[in-house]
Amino acid sequence: MSATMLLAQEAANHVSTGEAVSFWVLGPLALAGALGMIFAKNAVHSALFLVLTMLSLGVIYLVQQAPFLGFVQIIVYTGAIMMLFLFVLMLVGRDSSDSVVEVLRGQRLWATVLGVGLAVLVVAAVARALNDVRPVGLAGETANGGKGNVANIGRALFSDYVFPFELTSALLITAAVGAMVLGYVERHLRGRKTQKELVEARFRGEHDRPSPLPGPGVFATSNSVATPALLPDGSVAEESLSRLIDATASAKLDEERKAVAGTLPGPDARALVPGKEES
Amino acid sequence: MTGTINLAAAEVQQASGVANAAWLLLVLPAFGAVVLLLGGRRTDKWGHLLGIATVVAAFVYGLILFFSTTSLDAAARTRDLHLFDWIPVNSLNVEFGLRLDPLSLTFVLLITGVGSLIHIYSVGYMSDDRDRRRFFAYLNLFVAAMLLLVLGNGFVTLYFGWEGVGLASYLLIGWYQGKDFAATAAKKAFLMNRVGDVGLALAIFLMFKNMGSTQYDVVFAQIGHQSTGVIVSIGILLLLGACGKSGQFPLQAWLPDAMAGPTPVSALIHAATMVTAGVYLIARSSPLYSLAQAADARLVVMIIGAITLVLGCVIGCAYDDFKKVLAYSTVSQIGYMIVAVGLGPAGYALGILHLLTHGFFKAGLFLGAGSVMHGMNDEGDIRRLGGLAKKMPITFVTWTLGYLALIGFPFLSGYFSKDAIIEAALAEGGTRGWVFGGIALLGAGLTAFYMTRLLILVFLGKPRWENLKSADGRAYHPHESGPTMTVPMIILAIGSVAAGGILSGMLPEWLEPAVGKLQEEHGPLSATVVSILTVVISAIGAGIAFALFGRGEQPVARPERVSFPVRAARADLYGNHLNEALFARPGVWLTRFLVFVDNRGVDGLVNGIAAGLGGSSGRLRRLQTGFVRSYALSMLGGSILVIAALLMVRFA
Amino acid sequence: MTPTYYLLLSALLFTIGAVGVLVRRNAIVVFMCVELMLNAVNLSLVTFARINGSLNGQIMAFFVMVVAAAEVVVGLAIIMSIFRTRRTASVDDSNLLKY
Repeated sequence: MSATMLLAQEAANHVSTGEAVSFWVLGPLALAGALGMIFAKNAVHSALFLVLTMLSLGVIYLVQQAPFLGFVQIIVYTGAIMMLFLFVLMLVGRDSSDSVVEVLRGQRLWATVLGVGLAVLVVAAVARALNDVRPVGLAGETANGGKGNVANIGRALFSDYVFPFELTSALLITAAVGAMVLGYVERHLRGRKTQKELVEARFRGEHDRPSPLPGPGVFATSNSVATPALLPDGSVAEESLSRLIDATASAKLDEERKAVAGTLPGPDARALVPGKEES
Repeated sequence: MTGTINLAAAEVQQASGVANAAWLLLVLPAFGAVVLLLGGRRTDKWGHLLGIATVVAAFVYGLILFFSTTSLDAAARTRDLHLFDWIPVNSLNVEFGLRLDPLSLTFVLLITGVGSLIHIYSVGYMSDDRDRRRFFAYLNLFVAAMLLLVLGNGFVTLYFGWEGVGLASYLLIGWYQGKDFAATAAKKAFLMNRVGDVGLALAIFLMFKNMGSTQYDVVFAQIGHQSTGVIVSIGILLLLGACGKSGQFPLQAWLPDAMAGPTPVSALIHAATMVTAGVYLIARSSPLYSLAQAADARLVVMIIGAITLVLGCVIGCAYDDFKKVLAYSTVSQIGYMIVAVGLGPAGYALGILHLLTHGFFKAGLFLGAGSVMHGMNDEGDIRRLGGLAKKMPITFVTWTLGYLALIGFPFLSGYFSKDAIIEAALAEGGTRGWVFGGIALLGAGLTAFYMTRLLILVFLGKPRWENLKSADGRAYHPHESGPTMTVPMIILAIGSVAAGGILSGMLPEWLEPAVGKLQEEHGPLSATVVSILTVVISAIGAGIAFALFGRGEQPVARPERVSFPVRAARADLYGNHLNEALFARPGVWLTRFLVFVDNRGVDGLVNGIAAGLGGSSGRLRRLQTGFVRSYALSMLGGSILVIAALLMVRFA
Repeated sequence: MTPTYYLLLSALLFTIGAVGVLVRRNAIVVFMCVELMLNAVNLSLVTFARINGSLNGQIMAFFVMVVAAAEVVVGLAIIMSIFRTRRTASVDDSNLLKY
């Protein structure tokens, strides 16, 4: 029993050649993707480089005996989240790519210095703390043994971690509502004005005249826009004449206009002031 | 010497009888001043009469008091009259009371007596001035303050009167306010007096600090127990006060300028009355100056007196202005008094004696000068006078008697008082005696010289004014003054002749309770020899003056090509220049420097701190750029620091 | 080679992500850098799970993914609304809150 355990541990401690090979392939790929994301000028390229990194990480999870997480990584992250990123990028427009000029003085220099400092610090600390660590491995009953990785994770989630798990649902709901609130645009905010605002704008002089154009008038024979309005003295109100009709069919309307204006020969009972028809 | 202290300080009795009303002395003239000042134009008609009445009443009361005192035993003559507690503040209790003793009574008589004469004289002299009433108010104010000065029973009451006198003197000197020179002279007198007052004030502070009181009895009882340093510094500070009020070197420059006041009257106040306050102060402080520890202070007093004595004489020889010569003569005569009181027990009484006799003949001389100027269109330049003896016989005779008294003509007032001082100075013994005695003798000769010069140029010789016109274009019509002016002159002339002889016998004994017994010491020369020597030297001085000015024509214009000593004397022996160079200019520089320090240093510091804080916070504010990435950068820096600290704790 | 190498890789990725946040100005790219940092942490969590022989690390990584998803949703919505009002996606242009 103990011999097999020991053997299993030995196997767990020892990283297989296949894993080493995959690490040395995937690790540089992930790094290259990360660096590419930083240095790409175009945001879409950055997103694609990030996809590369995430895919590499997903495979690394698989290699690291975390199949469930590996697939979630690939499906949720690379598939959903990164596509969301690309979607927003397209929405915002590709012209919003970064300009090369750095506006904050010393920002890049200090970012580099501090980044290198952080890397050195963390790498040194990890190397020093874990140089002789002996990994237990995930062969145990409650890990990848027994019913397997996915089933064990599921059981842990719904037993030990049920409360945090439920909390995540609340989080996700909140996030969804938040996104909707942020994304909702009230129509009137950027659209039409209310009647009150229109009246005020008219009287402020933002329009040509405060009142609507005159209608056909009380004594009009028809309700058509083609029928000009009459002023109290019987003359035609110029403002009521439609420019469009004026321009297109003025010849046709002449007769009718004369009839309305009362300039046609013959008695016109509709004329208010018969004696003034010559005007 | 301790005996004198006890004598002066211990036997203070409560006043009773007539002396109970001694406050009348203060209140009478003060009442006159208040009525005249508040009454305004309504009192114009009778204002001068009220002024005279109050002062004469005070004089009469002073006489009654004097005679009631003389009837007492010598030991009972020093009396205190407590009026009220003035400033009761915790440990400091300043009482308002009067000290009635021979010294103060002597001064009361001098002040009210001379004051009465001045008042009477002023009626005539100021008759043309529409503000005569106000003038009398000021005179009354002066008399009241001066009486308070000499009657107060503590240094604070003395200081009160001291300042009141300074105020009255300022008002009187600046009487002709419209004229620049008068306003300047008043300001000068006021300021230079303040320098002295600072000394007096500091002396009073020292007394309070060391002895816990400023009353005469307490101070003089305890002064003997103080350290030498305290005694000497109080002595010298009191002297500084005396210098300011009495026009002693180095504060002598204001006195001649004070002649800018209404001609003889304020001149008389300053010459005969107020300037004696310094002598009074030192005589009053005799218990202090008599101490063996105060020898240094006494020496300083004598040095100051001697310097002033010679200074006044020398400048007096060169001036052509009638009043200014007399003013410098006053300066030098007060120098004599200061020398005398500086001699200690041997000289207090002599100083007071000379003060009194000088009060008589100098007052007479000034009134004579005023009478001459009154009759000569206010012409004060002696080179434009001359031959006035026939025109103004009374003035001439009274003036000549005063003149003879001043130069120490045998058996006139000055002979008794001045010779006695010279003798006492010589009797001081050793080098010191010879030096001060010699200076006093020299002063006597110089006095005779310049006074004779004055006499010749004004009253004798040819009438140089006949072909001249005064500044306002009028011809001179010299005439004798009216009786209100001549009567005081006659009275004073009688005093000049007789006062010395009468007083020299009585005064030392009379003053004994106040200033101690006169200790007569006999110097290397006997009294007779000193007298003869003094008279001879005075005669030589007068003879030289006759030789120089008595014969031949004197130019009307002032000779400009003169030797250096004359030029120096005409420039007040550079006293004003000295003051200006030593005090005024450094003061201006100091002020400028302080203004600079204030502007640049203090304000600079304050403004600098404010600007520094404002500027630095303005710069610090720029850290908040609003750029998220800057904030992220500092967050990353902070995180690295935290990680580094954690690792150091973990691995170190 | 030991699993420690994974941790070193994780550290490097995290650092690159942090530097990216500092130097990039496009808000979306900055956001992607944050995602990279989260992924780096996930990698170390997975490695720790393996070293400790327990699934707790993997579950923690799972939760991180959930949180990251929620964060992305909200963050991108914020970016969108900023872009709508200011017509820009640069983090430097939103600098009104300053001195």
